[in-house]
Amino acid sequence: MAQLEISGLDVHIGNTAVCRGLDLRLGGGERWAILGRNGAGKTTLLHTLAGLRRPDQGTLLLDGTALDTLPRRHVARQVGVLLQDHLDAFPASVMETALIGRHPYLGSLQWEGPADYALARDALRAVGLDGLEDRNVATLSGGERRRLGIATLLTQDPALWLLDEPTNHLDVHQQIRILDLLQARSQAEGKTLLLVMHDLNLALRYCNRFLLLFGAGKTAQGSADDVLTRSTLEHLYGHPMHTLDGPRGPVWLPG
Amino acid sequence: MRPLLLFSGLLALALAGFGWSLTSGSIDIGWRELAAAVFDTDPDLHARVILELRWPRAAAAFVTGALLALAGALMQVLLRNPLADPYVLGISGGAATGALLTLLLGLGGLWLHGAAFSGALFSMLIVFGLAHGRGSWTINRLLLTGIVIAAGWGAVIGFLLALSPEQNLRGMLFWLMGDLAYAGMPLAGFIVLVAGLLIALALGRSLNILAHGELAATTLGVPVAALRRLIYVLASLLTAAAVTMGGSIGFVGLVVPHMLRLQGVRDHRLLLPAAALLGGSLLLIADTLARTLLAPRQLPVGILTALVGVPVFLVLLYRSRELHGREG
Repeated sequence: MAQLEISGLDVHIGNTAVCRGLDLRLGGGERWAILGRNGAGKTTLLHTLAGLRRPDQGTLLLDGTALDTLPRRHVARQVGVLLQDHLDAFPASVMETALIGRHPYLGSLQWEGPADYALARDALRAVGLDGLEDRNVATLSGGERRRLGIATLLTQDPALWLLDEPTNHLDVHQQIRILDLLQARSQAEGKTLLLVMHDLNLALRYCNRFLLLFGAGKTAQGSADDVLTRSTLEHLYGHPMHTLDGPRGPVWLPG
Repeated sequence: MRPLLLFSGLLALALAGFGWSLTSGSIDIGWRELAAAVFDTDPDLHARVILELRWPRAAAAFVTGALLALAGALMQVLLRNPLADPYVLGISGGAATGALLTLLLGLGGLWLHGAAFSGALFSMLIVFGLAHGRGSWTINRLLLTGIVIAAGWGAVIGFLLALSPEQNLRGMLFWLMGDLAYAGMPLAGFIVLVAGLLIALALGRSLNILAHGELAATTLGVPVAALRRLIYVLASLLTAAAVTMGGSIGFVGLVVPHMLRLQGVRDHRLLLPAAALLGGSLLLIADTLARTLLAPRQLPVGILTALVGVPVFLVLLYRSRELHGREG
């Protein structure tokens, strides 16, 4: 199983530090949540971990090899990314979009075969988009597009999933459905997940490791018991927080 | 649209275009004589001679149109802008400057082609170097550099026109509007077209993915920076080959890819060869009209591409809006 080892990572946005000297080990089927307020650099850090952006300092090793020396095709078989938003200047159908997840596995003159179509169809069914295969992506709702992004990742089938706000635009039922799906994949196939999350309670329900970005380069990481205390969270969000007892443990409410 | 139907339709269109072009002109040749000459059953010397004169012109029109449509489709993906055409980055301006200089100096023939091609390459290198700057090569930077260089060429062209004696102006204006009268047999252009098409086909799936955005393409394993440089060089060379043969023939490169996209051809592995076939056929038909419409007077084909292309494109656009209305 792929493992991403991060050491001594410095990331800046302009003059603002996102993290300094961050050490992190992603692998072994853990489910990480990145928490922090707006502008703390969650997306920037995620892009850095995906190799989309150069860190200011530090090393990223994918299975022991420096990430930036590996061919992108190789990386794409190990690391998949759900970006915050999608661009489409040119029209594409839902099926075509789900199929692009197969790109890293196909030779340059090779066409998608029946097996690739089967994978894409399974992925679309898993996120509840079956029956929409021929629809133009531009006519989908925000939530449907989000689920299509997840379906593309399912066809890509990497070992390490980096997801930027996967529940964005999703209704309550779809949030749970998608996160259940991701968790099931993680548990059954040992996929490692890293999710940028704004909903603290969903993060608590689905993740077992947490990375907190306080801004100004300060970070904390660990299990819920280690880092998700009231004083830490109030410091993290700059807002008073309360807990209630819920059916699955504590539920956090902003004060 | 089914690929088989699409390509058999396009091939039929291309063959019909060639047939019409070869049988049209000041001297009548019927389809029967054409078939006889092509299949060598009845070596009628008269028809032979006429065809040997018409064939290079028809072939040049087809190859030029194919080059332009292919280059246009590539530029549109590169700049992720459906409004891009092969000339948007100033390549035709460089070619025109070279061509007008030779016309001004009274040189012709091979000099004209050589100067146009050198001008196009020169312009391509300037834009490439300037847009590259120090590492960053964003779409906007490339587009702005190209547009500014194109504007600069525009000024140089205006200056050359102002300097030229009256008797040269007509030839210059024809070149600027696009004219295939001096294209000659398009052997070099044909080689560039075939090589370009093969490379473009190998890049096809990567182009599909690049259309989803650079970040998304990178995460799917596309080496975006290298791919974009390759597309830029490829599209530029295709454009340079086309303007060298026919001057700045407008419209084909912008509109042909959209005609196909409006018909639902989205996969670049189909779109690129289809654009080459359709662009070639369209320019062949336009050039035949340009030769025959006001015969014996010949029109610059650039005027005809727009006259044929505008209504065809508007009809397609109108019909597709109806379709979208029903879908949405």
